[in-house]
Amino acid sequence: MGNIDQNVMMEVKNINLRFGGVIAIQDVSFDILEGEIRAIIGPNGAGKSSMLNVINGFYHPQEGEIWYRGEKRPSMEPYEIAKTGIARTFQNIALFKGMTTIENVMTGRQLKMNKNFFWQMIRYGPAIEEEVEHRRRCEEIIDFLEINHIRKTPVGALPYGLQKRVELARALAMDPTLLLLDEPMAGMNVEEKQDMSRFIVDVNEEFGTTIALIEHDMAVVMDLADRVVVLDYGKLLADGTPNEVQKNQAVIDAYLGVPH
Amino acid sequence: METLIEILYLIFVSPFAEMVAYPDLFFQGIWDGFVSGTLYGLIALGFVLIFKASGVFNFSQPILVVLAALSLVSFYKMGIPAWISVILVLVMFYVLAFLIERLILRKLVNQDGNILFMSTIGLTFLIIGSAQWIFGGRPSAMITDELGLPNGSLEWPMFGGGVYFEMIDISAAVIASIMIVILALFFSKTKIGRGLRAVADDHQAALSVGISLNQIWVIVWFVAGVVALVTGIFWGARSDVSFALQIIGFKALPVLIIGGFTSVPGAIIGGLIIGLGEKVFEIYWGPLLGSGVEGWFAYIIALIFLLFRPQGLFGDKIIERV
Repeated sequence: MGNIDQNVMMEVKNINLRFGGVIAIQDVSFDILEGEIRAIIGPNGAGKSSMLNVINGFYHPQEGEIWYRGEKRPSMEPYEIAKTGIARTFQNIALFKGMTTIENVMTGRQLKMNKNFFWQMIRYGPAIEEEVEHRRRCEEIIDFLEINHIRKTPVGALPYGLQKRVELARALAMDPTLLLLDEPMAGMNVEEKQDMSRFIVDVNEEFGTTIALIEHDMAVVMDLADRVVVLDYGKLLADGTPNEVQKNQAVIDAYLGVPH
Repeated sequence: METLIEILYLIFVSPFAEMVAYPDLFFQGIWDGFVSGTLYGLIALGFVLIFKASGVFNFSQPILVVLAALSLVSFYKMGIPAWISVILVLVMFYVLAFLIERLILRKLVNQDGNILFMSTIGLTFLIIGSAQWIFGGRPSAMITDELGLPNGSLEWPMFGGGVYFEMIDISAAVIASIMIVILALFFSKTKIGRGLRAVADDHQAALSVGISLNQIWVIVWFVAGVVALVTGIFWGARSDVSFALQIIGFKALPVLIIGGFTSVPGAIIGGLIIGLGEKVFEIYWGPLLGSGVEGWFAYIIALIFLLFRPQGLFGDKIIERV
């Protein structure tokens, strides 16, 4: 958590998102600073995933603006937003199940490969060099996330916790400036959660990647996050450091105060 | 008892005796079967590519073959030079791919495969109707000479007899083989190929790594059109250019069941099995059953595969987690 400077990387302003008559997000604004780990929390149905989907372009809000790296972002398709350096993982794992781990991770380099397909087909000089170079980066990430032993395994056959890690690897392979994690620890056991937390912190510290994550496990959030946004029924309930948020009465009422 | 022995003799002995007695005839059958087989393989590949790339079983692939052949001949009849007609057909398929993506597939992102499948059935009838309206339904001959494809035949003396190689069949086999190699490389080695497989597996995930579904789908449908054109030209040359060419397209179904819906080598080998199998069966066992064996042989083989190996020879084994 050491490398926050005060530059704003992303600012979402007065976002309103409706599906027919259902209001998913209502007038929500917050910002994400460069280098921070920003958590988005809230009860089920609070609009957290919708918010992530707005940021990465799956949903287009009816009202509101998104400012990214100092510029107002026009309405863009998700694949175009990926090109601007925003990577993500999904709540329900979305991997390419027919491919192996390394192939999945390689798809993260898709945008960076631009040699002519003709050379790729005949596996000629420059295309080979390009492939090797990207493969090296992917192997580094695979090493980093300690999934070396499953490099060649088709991901459909992997246990849940490892699939989550492969998904993270694929997102990292994009060398993202902003990484969105939708419940990276959902459904994991304690040990797996600890591993995942460590990876998230390491990614943030070693690669300097800015991270926005949704998480349910409060202990984890309080541990990881630099700042926390709390949503409830699509509205912004609180915004601040973990300590501030924890003491906020509205948050306690809505979410945290329930004793386990 | 005697009739039983006679029947067994007719089934298990005399065909093989004939093969040995007249090896030239046998070899002729093998060659003809091989040519059909490569063309079956090529058209099956058209199915496999779209299936791998979008998870859609493209019911309209056979009608694309008809459309390609029909429009090629019609353009030529309008007085457009043959090769320009070919280019026009390609342009037409590109426009069609673009329209299909824009008007059908784009609306169906993230939908179930069955829904996409149904939409290709609708597309089939749309194409049948509009092709009949625009080009008419009368059969005509393929413009092979005008395209500069060789005609005539070679006779190769062999085993005391002779085997005929139609020049058009030789070029069909050669060009189909080249196409198969190019397609296989394109889809396995290139960035676009990787993108295609990604899209087939998960739309959302593909978008999230920056793959444009729209672009991929246009490419896939255009490639399907190119495959249809090549198949249409050569099969049109072997029979006639008419809506009956569809039946050839549907021969790809048993090919796919044998080879597996997701396998490129499976499509090729399945094509050869069907092509060779139906020809040899027709020649040696056909007379026992009356003629027209070629029409249904492939489907019987497919049924047998469905019973014992539903994923095909090379297909991914389907394991459902419960």
